[in-house]
Amino acid sequence: MYSEKVMDHFQNPRNVGEIEDASGVGTVGNAKCGDIMRIFLDIDDETHIIKDCKFKTFGCGAAVATSSMATELVKGRTVEEAMKVTNKAVMEALDGLPPVKVHCSLLAEEAIHAALWDYAQKHDITIEGLDKPKSDIHEGEEEDEEAY
Amino acid sequence: MGKMIYLDNAATTKTAPEVVEAMLPYFSELYGNPSSVYDFAGKSKEAVTNAREQIAEVLGAGRDEIYFTAGGTESDNWALKAAFEAYKSKGNHIITTKIEHHAILHTCDYLEKQRGAKITYLDVDENGIIRLEDLEKAITPETILISIMFANNEIGSIQPIKEIGMIAREHGILFHTDAVQAFCQVPVNVDECNIDMLSSSAHKINGPKGIGFLYIRKGVKNRSFIHGGAQERKRRAGTENVPGIVGYGAAAKRAHETMEERTKKEKELRDYMISRITTEIPYVRLNGDPVKRLPNNVNVSFQFIEGESLLLMLDNYGICGSSGSACTSGSLDPSHVLLTIGLPHEIAHGSLRLTLSEETTKEDIDFTVDKLKEIVQNLRNMSPLYEDFIKKMKK
Repeated sequence: MYSEKVMDHFQNPRNVGEIEDASGVGTVGNAKCGDIMRIFLDIDDETHIIKDCKFKTFGCGAAVATSSMATELVKGRTVEEAMKVTNKAVMEALDGLPPVKVHCSLLAEEAIHAALWDYAQKHDITIEGLDKPKSDIHEGEEEDEEAY
Repeated sequence: MGKMIYLDNAATTKTAPEVVEAMLPYFSELYGNPSSVYDFAGKSKEAVTNAREQIAEVLGAGRDEIYFTAGGTESDNWALKAAFEAYKSKGNHIITTKIEHHAILHTCDYLEKQRGAKITYLDVDENGIIRLEDLEKAITPETILISIMFANNEIGSIQPIKEIGMIAREHGILFHTDAVQAFCQVPVNVDECNIDMLSSSAHKINGPKGIGFLYIRKGVKNRSFIHGGAQERKRRAGTENVPGIVGYGAAAKRAHETMEERTKKEKELRDYMISRITTEIPYVRLNGDPVKRLPNNVNVSFQFIEGESLLLMLDNYGICGSSGSACTSGSLDPSHVLLTIGLPHEIAHGSLRLTLSEETTKEDIDFTVDKLKEIVQNLRNMSPLYEDFIKKMKK
């Protein structure tokens, strides 16, 4: 079902975790559909280089693998270069995804954009080509679901 | 990868070696068409009759009430579509449940949209069992058929079939049950339960794939669904799948004979597994009824994680299971059964079904639970939902 690269990034995901006091954090997707991605960016304010990037994902194998690959693709790049990391680029880097899983790569792209948006908001800057992310979920939205 | 631990026996089972052995002669030696006149073909006809008897015996039915089909899905389609055709002059209302297999649900949908049927889908309680008063209330003078599954394929809940049969009988309504998961796993007697039609499939009980049957009580006016030759008392045309039928007969006989001992052992292991999972892993729940449950069914939901990634991780260790997560069904919604018993979407996404077999050992269960603990923790460490939950707890 999945390419070897997808399985590798699923089984050995790169950059899992959190960044404390991250420059930007973006969360996209929703639990109802079964996919949530959260991306943390540590960005150098002078150079705009993404020094570090971490992620946390709730979702299927493809969701984990695309998150992992997306973090690899933006790490060490400038904010402007990171904007060029599209879902297609993530998919290609993973040697493709099954058609039903293409939305996972879109989610990865959106997660990066959401984190960049957060960074831009905090620093009051404009990143060319970046729009307000659509599917950023708000914290507390799922609060009515009780834990057991 | 070491040995495989197959815990997906509700999906399909291994064809038992003695079943394969019983089938083999009917491929290349006794290949005659049961409808032919010569003595050679008579052997095939005899084999089919013998298998029919073996199956009828398990159900307490007559052998001329067993009609072979290509499997459970065909049996369900036949039962519903043909019964609706035959009885629509009496009324157009069918009662079923929200937790049926898609073979029933999609057939009902077809009957409703294309054939003018009215369908009532009964709710179930949090354990996945219907309320008899709901059934009573749903009955109208137009009701011609009640179709309620014997046991659920996902969460293993067993319905009060005897009581349902009594209600159907009192009101003079036909009663069909999809017994694909129940046949030879729990005692099924068509007379005691007033069952008029029953669907079953061989590959769930160590028989071959591609063969099933529909039991139709004598007197039920269920007409032909597949038209053609005069096979199956003119009700199901097409040259008989002789090796399949022989295999089904052998599998039914075998499973019936071993049922008591086998299911006793499976129940013990099932309960042991459920108890280990629910005590050793936090934020987990058992889906389905703890007691009125198929002997081999374990279905649990782990909060904060998603089912497909869980299955892929288990597969790494050679453990085969299944999930009601959307990602495993190719749609965006998780299992309709889990949603009907009231699980929120994200918890339904984190479900895992493990179904045991007679070959499952305590060592298999221990190994699986040990790995499960690790995997669940690893996936939670990766989950933003878990992160949020822990932060909220700390506040």
